[in-house]
Amino acid sequence: MTADVKQTELVTITVDGVEMQVPKGSMVIEATDAARIDVPRFCYHKKLSIVASCRMCLVEVEQGGRPAPKPLPACATPVADGMKVYTSSPKAIAAQRGVMEFLLINHPLDCPVCDQGGECELQDLALGYGRSVSRFSERKRVFEDEDLGPLIATAMTRCIHCTRCVRFLHEIGGQRELGAVGRGEHTKITTYIEGGVHSELSGNIIDLCPVGALTDKPYQFSARAWELLARPTISPHDAVGTNLSAHYLRGKIKRVVPRENEEINECWIADRDRFGFYGIYSEQRLNRPMIKQDGQWREVDWETALTTAAEALRKITSDSPEQLGALVSPNATTEEMYLLGKLVRGLGSRNIDHRLRQGDFSDQAALGSYPYLGRPIAELERLQAALLIGADLRAQAPLLNLRLRKASLRGGSIHYLNPLRLDLNFRAEQHVVPAPTMPTELALVAQALAELKGASLPAAVEQLAAAGTRQDWHSEVARQLAESESASVLLGAIAIAHPAGASLRALGTLIAELAGARFGEISDGANSAGGWLAGAVPHRKAGGEAEQQPGLHARAMLEQPRRAYVLYNVEPEYDCWDPAAASAAMDSAEFVLAFTPFVTERMRAYADVLLPVGTFAETAGTFVNLEGRWQSFGGVAAPVGEARPGWRVLRVLGNLLGLPGFEHESAEEVHAEVRQLVGDYQPAKALSLQAAATAGSGLYRVASVPIYAGDAVVRRSTPLQQTSHAKPAALHINSADAAAIGLNDGEQALVRQSGEVRLTVKIDDGVPAGTVWIPSALSESAALGPMFGEVTVARA
Amino acid sequence: MTRESHAADEILTPEMRAEIDRWIAKYPPDRKQSAVLPALHICQDSNGGWLKREHLDAVADYLGMPRVQVYEVANFYGNFFLEPVGRHKINICNNISCMLRGADELIAYIEKKLGIRRGETTPDGRITLVMEEECLAACVGAPMMLVDGKYYTDLTPEKVDEILDSLE
Ligand code: SF4
Ligand code: FES
Ligand code: FES
Repeated sequence: MTADVKQTELVTITVDGVEMQVPKGSMVIEATDAARIDVPRFCYHKKLSIVASCRMCLVEVEQGGRPAPKPLPACATPVADGMKVYTSSPKAIAAQRGVMEFLLINHPLDCPVCDQGGECELQDLALGYGRSVSRFSERKRVFEDEDLGPLIATAMTRCIHCTRCVRFLHEIGGQRELGAVGRGEHTKITTYIEGGVHSELSGNIIDLCPVGALTDKPYQFSARAWELLARPTISPHDAVGTNLSAHYLRGKIKRVVPRENEEINECWIADRDRFGFYGIYSEQRLNRPMIKQDGQWREVDWETALTTAAEALRKITSDSPEQLGALVSPNATTEEMYLLGKLVRGLGSRNIDHRLRQGDFSDQAALGSYPYLGRPIAELERLQAALLIGADLRAQAPLLNLRLRKASLRGGSIHYLNPLRLDLNFRAEQHVVPAPTMPTELALVAQALAELKGASLPAAVEQLAAAGTRQDWHSEVARQLAESESASVLLGAIAIAHPAGASLRALGTLIAELAGARFGEISDGANSAGGWLAGAVPHRKAGGEAEQQPGLHARAMLEQPRRAYVLYNVEPEYDCWDPAAASAAMDSAEFVLAFTPFVTERMRAYADVLLPVGTFAETAGTFVNLEGRWQSFGGVAAPVGEARPGWRVLRVLGNLLGLPGFEHESAEEVHAEVRQLVGDYQPAKALSLQAAATAGSGLYRVASVPIYAGDAVVRRSTPLQQTSHAKPAALHINSADAAAIGLNDGEQALVRQSGEVRLTVKIDDGVPAGTVWIPSALSESAALGPMFGEVTVARA
Repeated sequence: MTRESHAADEILTPEMRAEIDRWIAKYPPDRKQSAVLPALHICQDSNGGWLKREHLDAVADYLGMPRVQVYEVANFYGNFFLEPVGRHKINICNNISCMLRGADELIAYIEKKLGIRRGETTPDGRITLVMEEECLAACVGAPMMLVDGKYYTDLTPEKVDEILDSLE
């Protein structure tokens, strides 16, 4: 791909009389693009392979004083020293016009009813190059539309066969879901088998399609491009910090498109980033503050709600401040987390946490100031070797998966150590082991590395390794990590939720150290780094300084139920490590204050005061991504109902409680205050190892969070919930274990953990023996219990 | 979670596999997919001259190619048939040289004689007229047609009668 051409050797060419130095081996169109000289094109895209099929980019070329006999495609003509290019000479223009005339032979003239109107590359170029009357009288081709699923609308008659969509899905998406079938006039872009398009990056083909053949389905006919205003924002669904542009009309977001940032998301976004925002217009939006009095819910004004909340908080914390616990969504802004931390601490408690799906906190004191990827995102695509521990990146952070895919295509060796087999879209080694043995498996890799390097291992690691047997792959991973110049060991969300997560982290760090690789963590949620830095953890103050006496972390707050809770954009039955325990703790609490954009039956049951706060789209704020990059954004949409930006509500509540330091006039002021507190605090690392959890006689449950279930907004995005990725939780069990219990695929099973649920059985030999995989963050599994742990399974 | 596919197991007989393997061996190990055309022909020959979806899937899986890529190939080449065909296939050239030498009239004659249009098969399953045929590189003997892969040149209605009537 041309984007990789990075030679430093330059050649001199002249374009339209202007001399320029361009890298040898690059194409003419890259030179003209860099110089902002317009060359029309349809099939060329800087991130896709070159097919030179549309011929729209024809230019006149002269080499060594001799003109090329025919116009040449700028996208497929490599530059050469002394080359002269004319992009708008009479010959070039005539050629471009000729191509345009051919393209328009079959293209319908339905711009007035086409959603692409006003932002159509064909329309724009036809205006410049087209004739007003066609010389062709033949009938235009017509094609039936394809059903590509709930996200992409099609009008295939408009297709001009540039094949950008086909190449994107193949080269970037990694799933060849569309093809160009047929020949000549009969060529047709199709899935062929009506299979739809399922790539988690599929929405990008909407942007790529130069005409109105592929358009945004949920947005269809809801606005015209020229009516929309755009504001920059940041994706609130994962820790990548994807740059977005939100298009809005009369205060309402109409669609979300990528904002190019080569270092983070390039020019792509995931479907979750694009279609997630529909969740903010859910019917479950909470429009006005509400309080519960004598078991009755009442809508009240802000003042009443806030005073009620303040009084209740005061009452409980005045004698026993440690009875207050605060759970904040890892997708809250840094400003919100900071003010909430300040409020909780102002009330004398230190029980605040955003690490809602973390299983093991035993190493928290020894960790750095925030979970860091270990290197810039863009470097991932050049990794020669990587070991991913407990990570399903395709679901957790699709754009990081894309970088790793590129590394793999470049020949990098990517290894996964996971408690279940994943459906990957690139070549990688998957080492699938039962969850409880993951630490042992890592210890074996560490052991192989130590042998390779002649280093000695801590006794605890040797001991762990002794519980298992070394296989070839342990040595292979060790060798590849050690031999590669750029290698990473990365910890994903499954490892973070693992009950021996601290051991996995310690072993990962050790392996990285021994191999001379980087260790990195891919934290859950959009703003875990912000949470750590802003004091939304029980053991660090805002800025990162250690608390003398740490408060309770997310798990402890629920296992040792508090009398009062503050929930900040959290649905405990979906967002916590142990949804059952979280639900129970809420039910038994005396007082629950929920800052929330949404209201549900569950919330009505356990909460006492509901304060409507704006979603990411309705507030100014900052997310710190997993590279430690602070990205601030302004509000885009008008708040729904009486919802207010969270930082403002917190500020007023702080004032009502008479706490000092709540005088901010703007989100920027809050931001400046946190920013100035954050130091270079990097505590020493210590190994904290646990013996592997020994699986008992029963089955061991493993959970991960499906791609469209991770947060309250995405769970309410109707288009995403209609995709094939949004499936009810099922019991995934391998065929041998299923046979032993007498379960068949599709039957119902009774699964018992701390609670009991009925689930559909899915025979899945990607799940290791002795374990079952039951996704979390879904209603079917909410009552079950922790993401990891013993379960019993029986026929229902 | 993985896409399990057994299409190749069910459709490709050991003999067919052996034959495909012979083709695969002619290409570098990482270019297995180069055998896609012969593999499709092998399937087509085994199935009375046409390919079912299952054949395409089986070939894709066997050669480790994305399925849609095989659909593209099978749809591109006029010699692959994706619907049941008659016992005999006739391709009548309709490109320039043949056209100038009366191909259009000849096509009309044949269509009338057989009572079907191009792209169709006679009700008795005897003959399929292939949809559209570009220059078959026998311009010197235009107009011409191909019957089951065999060239017949300098055609006249009488010659056509004779050839078609001899087909059982
Ligand atoms: S659907 Fe759009 S992107 Fe795909 S080939 Fe047609 S015009 Fe190009
Ligand atoms: S853009 Fe160059 S041929 Fe299409
Ligand atoms: S045109 Fe008919 S064989 Fe060439």
